[in-house]
Amino acid sequence: MKIAVCVKRVPDMDARFRISADGTSLDEAGLKFDINEPDAWAVEAGLQLKEKAGQGEVVVLSLGPPAVQETIRKALSMGADRGIHLAADRIPFDGFSIARALAAELKDGAYDLILFGKMSPDSSNGIVGAIVAELLDCACVTAVSGLEMADGKGTAKRELEGAQEFVEFTLPAVLTVDEGLNTARYPSLKGIMAAKKKPLESRPAQLGEPMVTIESLAMPPDRPPGKIVGEGAAAVPELVRLLQNEAKVL
Amino acid sequence: MDDSLYFGEQHLAVRNMVRDFAREEIAPTAAKYDESGEFPWENVRKMVDLGLLGIPWPEELGGSGLDLLAYVSVIHEMAKVDASHAITISAHTTLGTSPIFNFGTQAQRERFVPLLASGKVLAGFGLTEPSAGSDAGGTRTTAVKKDGRYVLNGSKVFITHGGVGEVFVVTAVTTPGVGTKGISSFILTKETADRAKADAAGFGHDDSLPNTPGFTSGKKEDKLGWRASDTRSLNFEDAEVPEENLLGEEGQGFLNFMQTLDAGRIGMAALALGIAEGAYEEALRYASERRQFGQAISNFQGVSFPLADMATEIEAGKHLVYHAAWLAEHKKPFTKQAAIAKLFCSELAMRTTIKAVQIHGGYGYTKDYPVERMMRDAKICEIGEGTSEVQRMVIARQILREMRD
Repeated sequence: MKIAVCVKRVPDMDARFRISADGTSLDEAGLKFDINEPDAWAVEAGLQLKEKAGQGEVVVLSLGPPAVQETIRKALSMGADRGIHLAADRIPFDGFSIARALAAELKDGAYDLILFGKMSPDSSNGIVGAIVAELLDCACVTAVSGLEMADGKGTAKRELEGAQEFVEFTLPAVLTVDEGLNTARYPSLKGIMAAKKKPLESRPAQLGEPMVTIESLAMPPDRPPGKIVGEGAAAVPELVRLLQNEAKVL
Repeated sequence: MDDSLYFGEQHLAVRNMVRDFAREEIAPTAAKYDESGEFPWENVRKMVDLGLLGIPWPEELGGSGLDLLAYVSVIHEMAKVDASHAITISAHTTLGTSPIFNFGTQAQRERFVPLLASGKVLAGFGLTEPSAGSDAGGTRTTAVKKDGRYVLNGSKVFITHGGVGEVFVVTAVTTPGVGTKGISSFILTKETADRAKADAAGFGHDDSLPNTPGFTSGKKEDKLGWRASDTRSLNFEDAEVPEENLLGEEGQGFLNFMQTLDAGRIGMAALALGIAEGAYEEALRYASERRQFGQAISNFQGVSFPLADMATEIEAGKHLVYHAAWLAEHKKPFTKQAAIAKLFCSELAMRTTIKAVQIHGGYGYTKDYPVERMMRDAKICEIGEGTSEVQRMVIARQILREMRD
């Protein structure tokens, strides 16, 4: 089985974000970056499928500036076989551009499965996997939290509101991975040593013209200050009145 | 220290992995093991799987094939979260495995290092005795050669992994009356004292290692800190060791363990530095969140200045530790720098953890926050693997010798 995993380099979301001077991007100074966590689950899924089959190849792709090679190396240190870096000045916001570039790279690769994380928290689009499936004309299952492969077909579990859905899909297929499918392994020291020697090709990303661009970024408005209406039972009527008339939650 | 001159891309990858692992897997369990004093077999199993028990040894001997700087950064990162787990790596690697790797015959290296570097079994180092600690030359344990075997009698105290371990390097007097020149070292094996837990964890025992009759471990020490680390006495009552388990030559024991302790000091310095940095990070976070007088307490100089002092000293400690490691890695003399790093960082760990508890106020004195454990864990750094007084002796000897030369 030949498996591609597409991974994204994302900032640590616990950081305090600042908007850079151009007004349309994050100021990356002082931010820590790592592989997007759902993408790490996708890498883990690929590795487990390969290990279970006892053969196959896991290829990791990432699009962006040279720094994304570090993200690819991390996936290689987890155990992926080789990496492909699609070079671009920055990771575009436009999911279609990214998907187009990935599809151009993936289409002649004879992959049985193409795995993505469900979404990345920095852009919250969650569309690249689905568009790649469309461009490659193959099956697509999103938000997969369980996976079985047998006889050239797959069965995936999806968590719905209050229910679980099981879908069968044909190969080749694009899957986007949700929480619950697995826990990503830590790279072992041997894995980190081995990653250094694994092939990592770099070529320009075929992005094309973006169809969506960021006009402006803004920090969320400050929360209005809280109001203390009084103390004890005496304050209850006024509190109820405010909750009804001002907050309109009662 | 992210772009330090000492670190390459791989060092950073190792450090990032260990930082994540320590934060996600070790930190949530540290208080539990501190409380119970149990050896954390399940956690150590995860450390074995990641290759953390054999960091600097070559891959062909079962190690991870990294260098001393990677090793030091792992100890540093682990200790930021929990000193007991860090000392497990340190004692196993520099004290238990390194003498066999450095001074062993080809046969000894091939026999023991793969078992230790892969983490299949745990190792320890027996030097300190009831009446020989800082004065290692006062060793009383004897080894008498008889029919192609050495017969050992005596005891060792405060031995890390004394119970859980299976392979030990211990010192004993082979030629009485000639002082340190009469000390030799031996490789001894026994079955782990925690066999059931070792079997459940899937490591810690190997059938090929004989259980030496007369070689036993004593009761587990109930300690102030490092409580999840297994510390016991070792006892030898006519313990017979085959001749081929003599490590190096007869009379070389003192010289060998002096070299072992030299290198071990860098790891201990990194461990102490990690405790200091871990406590500092806790204090920094707490001071930014805790509000008094209508604002974060970090706004008060009484709190922010100690934090600034901690940050300054920790930065200095990093340079001492990684420079000493770099010297050792590049086979340059490092005795003085290692002792300086160990002395400075041990005392730094004590100072910093006391300040961190103070910044936490009453909460810092409770087990709801990790800083009280860090304060208890820090103290032994000023004692173990050479007290601060011994470090000063080593440093003084070095600087006075340099002046004479």
